[in-house]
Amino acid sequence: MSGVASPAAAGSVSDIANAVTNGERSAVSVVDAHLARIDDHEGAVHAFNLVTADAARATAAAIDERLAAGEDVGPLAGVPVAIKDNMCTRGVPTTCSSKILDGWRPPYDATVVERLASAGAIMVGKTNLDEFAMGSSTENSAFGPTHNPWQLDRVPGGSSGGSAAAVAAGFTPLSLGSDTGGSIRQPASLCGVVGVKPTYGAVSRYGLIAFGSSLDQIGPFTTTVADSALTMDVIGGHDPRDATSSTESFGSLVDVLDRGVDGLRVGLISEMTGGVIDGIAEDVLARVRAAAEALEAAGATVGEVSVPSSVYGLPAYYMVAPAEASSNLARFDGVRYGLRVDGPNTAAMHTASRTAGFGPEVKRRIMLGTYALSAGYRDAYYGSAQKVRTLITQDFDRAYADFDVLLAPSSPTTAFELGAKTADPLTMYLNDVCTIPSNLSGQPSMSVPFGVGDDGLPIGVQILAPLMGEPVMFQTAAVLENAQEDAS
Amino acid sequence: MSKLSRDDVAHVARLAMLELDDAEIDAFTEQLGSVLATADDMAALDLDSVVPAHHPLGLVNVMRPDVVQPSLDRDEVLAQAPAAEDGRFCVPPALGEQ
Amino acid sequence: MTDTATDRREPTLPDGWELVCGLEVHVELSTATKLFCGCPNEFGSEPNTNVCPTCLGLPGSLPVMNADAVTSAMRLGRAINCTVKPSVMARKNYFYPDMPKDFQTSQYDQPTNENGWLDLPDGTRIEVERAHIEEDTGKSTHVGGDGRITSAEYSLIDYNRAGVPLLEIVSQPDIRTAEEAKAYVAELRGIVLALDVSDARMEEGSMRVDANVSVRPIGSDELRTRCEIKNINSLSSLGRAIVHEANRHVDLWTTGERPMQETRHWDEEAGRTRSGRSKEDAEDYRYFPEPDLTPLIPTAADLEAVDVSIPELPSAVRSRLADAAGVAPTEVSVLVDRGQAGFALDTIDAGADPTRVLVHLTNNLADGTGEMDPAAFAALVSMEVGGELSSTQTKEVLADMVVTGRTPDAVASEKGFEAMDTGELDGILDGLIADHPSEWERFCSGDDGDAKKMSGFFTGQIMKATRGQADGKVVAQLLNTRKP
Ligand SMILES: [Zn+2]
Repeated sequence: MSGVASPAAAGSVSDIANAVTNGERSAVSVVDAHLARIDDHEGAVHAFNLVTADAARATAAAIDERLAAGEDVGPLAGVPVAIKDNMCTRGVPTTCSSKILDGWRPPYDATVVERLASAGAIMVGKTNLDEFAMGSSTENSAFGPTHNPWQLDRVPGGSSGGSAAAVAAGFTPLSLGSDTGGSIRQPASLCGVVGVKPTYGAVSRYGLIAFGSSLDQIGPFTTTVADSALTMDVIGGHDPRDATSSTESFGSLVDVLDRGVDGLRVGLISEMTGGVIDGIAEDVLARVRAAAEALEAAGATVGEVSVPSSVYGLPAYYMVAPAEASSNLARFDGVRYGLRVDGPNTAAMHTASRTAGFGPEVKRRIMLGTYALSAGYRDAYYGSAQKVRTLITQDFDRAYADFDVLLAPSSPTTAFELGAKTADPLTMYLNDVCTIPSNLSGQPSMSVPFGVGDDGLPIGVQILAPLMGEPVMFQTAAVLENAQEDAS
Repeated sequence: MSKLSRDDVAHVARLAMLELDDAEIDAFTEQLGSVLATADDMAALDLDSVVPAHHPLGLVNVMRPDVVQPSLDRDEVLAQAPAAEDGRFCVPPALGEQ
Repeated sequence: MTDTATDRREPTLPDGWELVCGLEVHVELSTATKLFCGCPNEFGSEPNTNVCPTCLGLPGSLPVMNADAVTSAMRLGRAINCTVKPSVMARKNYFYPDMPKDFQTSQYDQPTNENGWLDLPDGTRIEVERAHIEEDTGKSTHVGGDGRITSAEYSLIDYNRAGVPLLEIVSQPDIRTAEEAKAYVAELRGIVLALDVSDARMEEGSMRVDANVSVRPIGSDELRTRCEIKNINSLSSLGRAIVHEANRHVDLWTTGERPMQETRHWDEEAGRTRSGRSKEDAEDYRYFPEPDLTPLIPTAADLEAVDVSIPELPSAVRSRLADAAGVAPTEVSVLVDRGQAGFALDTIDAGADPTRVLVHLTNNLADGTGEMDPAAFAALVSMEVGGELSSTQTKEVLADMVVTGRTPDAVASEKGFEAMDTGELDGILDGLIADHPSEWERFCSGDDGDAKKMSGFFTGQIMKATRGQADGKVVAQLLNTRKP
């Protein structure tokens, strides 16, 4: 089965913004071109839950008028963007790919949506995801799976599979995803695009429908590292509406891209590159080692480093994230918005609505999290998991005493076949084994495409950095991207 | 940890306000049991002296000034409700027939 | 301090039984905005007009802590002698349609205030376990049937109150009588008002009291099964509810039954508590720290600012006024609760007789001192004590001063309340002696009892002749000087 992937078809964020700002292209023509490409291939890919074509054209026309009037429209002038459908968009249905949010139109915009709009970007649609971002394949969607643009019988990864696929298919040069345990980096790897999970608190979560509140972060998918840097400059920074939002700033990431890696100390996480953690494919490991060599060739020093408690990341994550989710998803009770299935009393109505509205994976996680917090088990499960997070953070801190950035796989394998892992949830959970530790520690990491596997499908390399270490992470990513281009 | 029973699963479903049929209870008993079994691995760690994680950037005392901000338009809010009456959200009775 | 079972026994209980009661008091803070959002914290707005994504619990919304609510919490904590500690907000998970997120953001194992106490006017000390910050719920109206929750056809929800900041003050089970419970709540209310952190109105629900009631045989220190009584809307209901519930428990224990641990509702009309619905599963709130909010860690400077901001509290005012007036603190607690202590002290400072000041304030100025200032009040009391005005006249002048704010001289002269001079009274007495010679004789030479009786007779006649304008003390003095 072939694919329709063409990341380049969308053009780059910076090229479009420059062309639109300089008047070489109108925003309307940009949007029309992208909508045409969506029209051609969306049927095969199913990246979107909703394409907002009319609104996008209207916004584009307004941007063209403002440009004609000599206004500064912003650094993302005319850039079509796809938004994961778990971020609130005022007046536009926001579903989390769940039946329970049937018909809901938020009365407000997420901070990131606001910031993109005020930078001149144009939303063309809401992308598919695993229901409430719970999954690694975008198969747990109430609206059907998204297909990997590179090979349509493969998954795009998840949970931000729609956003990753939209960029890989050339529908938009930019999309936003959210990453709770790897939901940006793993699909970025499987779809051959750049995906960033920022430091916890670097991008506002206001308007992101919560899954695991202490783990969730929003980040971009783009075809280039520079485009992600540009996007981070727009969406990042303090937001007074998010009390966990960072008050510090790491400055512009666009400015650090050409710094190189000369003298940089790069550590390969030994647990994820040497067999301590099972199930990481040999072709994936080969690409990670190749990335280390490329960085070394560019002037970095490379070593191995152990993050021993990272092996407990998976069990800790599968206590903390479901526990928080069980509480975050309680509000879907049929009272104020979304689906209601009536019953003779309030409790019966709650139960009927939730039972009909949530899919099996969401129910599984709610059950798991409810149990992990319940009387008699909270200390052993949720409590221990929160302590394991501390251990993982301490291990990372030790590693960063000797290394500036770390390398690991983004995903244990390339894109797998649709349906291959749906029967056994535990097998599916293993997809996140390399990405989860960064969510547990709050540290930034990103996936950069670096070649293909034995099956010819994309492989991403994960770059990890200390808290607020986005500059060194991006500077490394830029070098890796160049090395990849040189090699191909 | 003791093994997860069907009764545990049924109890948790009631807490979570989900209705599960027998097949779902069976499936969840097995699936949740195996996730919990991997979580039991954490028992191998000595966690007594470890402080639970808090905000990674160490943020404390994040507060806002006590200043009024605009509220939402009521019609817009109630337009989203499955049922509304008289400016309020409408729900079945609290203690109706079981 | 009185802390023995015999001194502090609930008088309505049968012999041998002791009340064990702890109170949970919820106080709505009078901040401008809600606890986690900028919606107005306002009573009486149109339904669902003070709502936003955060207090409606809309998907994607986030809470941000109101700094003033935290300050108010710390101030109340210090005022009731708590230790103010680093605290963490937590989620208390349970489904409730009035609660938009289906969890309540509260405090659990790390509350802002712990281990305080509160002294009642009679010196009884009630320990306070904790005083923590939490959010209020919305309000349901039950429609159809007879309007009761049990028979409603449906319910309508208004979320204006959802997210309003509350302080929950939890006492230890130290309360032994219904009167102590009422005194505790009154004292707490006085402190809250002195701090100006809430209007603390029980009728409007800005102060709500739940009572945990159990009983035990006197001499035992066990804690028997308790019931939590809700829906108490006034201080007097609180007393009645506790008395009723405690006696119900004694009845059960003495007939070989036992109370069930449950929530009960006070039915004011029926004068009894009624069982709430018992739950199939025991409550399991699955508390965990609220990941969307940061810990609250008061700095030394914060704590100092809090301490400096605490005004003189009712207990201190009580002892200051009691000292100034030379009475027991319990005798001035009504004035202190009414907020008239400052006025009383200013009047006493201005040289007025303390006893008369307290009497007038307590009995004649329950509705307030109006336009009158303490200096004028002091002048009035001095005129009364000095015999320039009779007590009847004093009351009349006082009533005028409260309304008009005039001086007592002006009011008295307008009303023609000139003090009788002794010459005038002499003349009146001469006439009376002439008209009642035998009575005068009995006054001058009768035995003590008779003389006293006749003293009353002549005083009465003089008052009658002067239409009450003569001062009783002056008359008594006159009678004595004329006695041969
Ligand atoms: Zn609000």
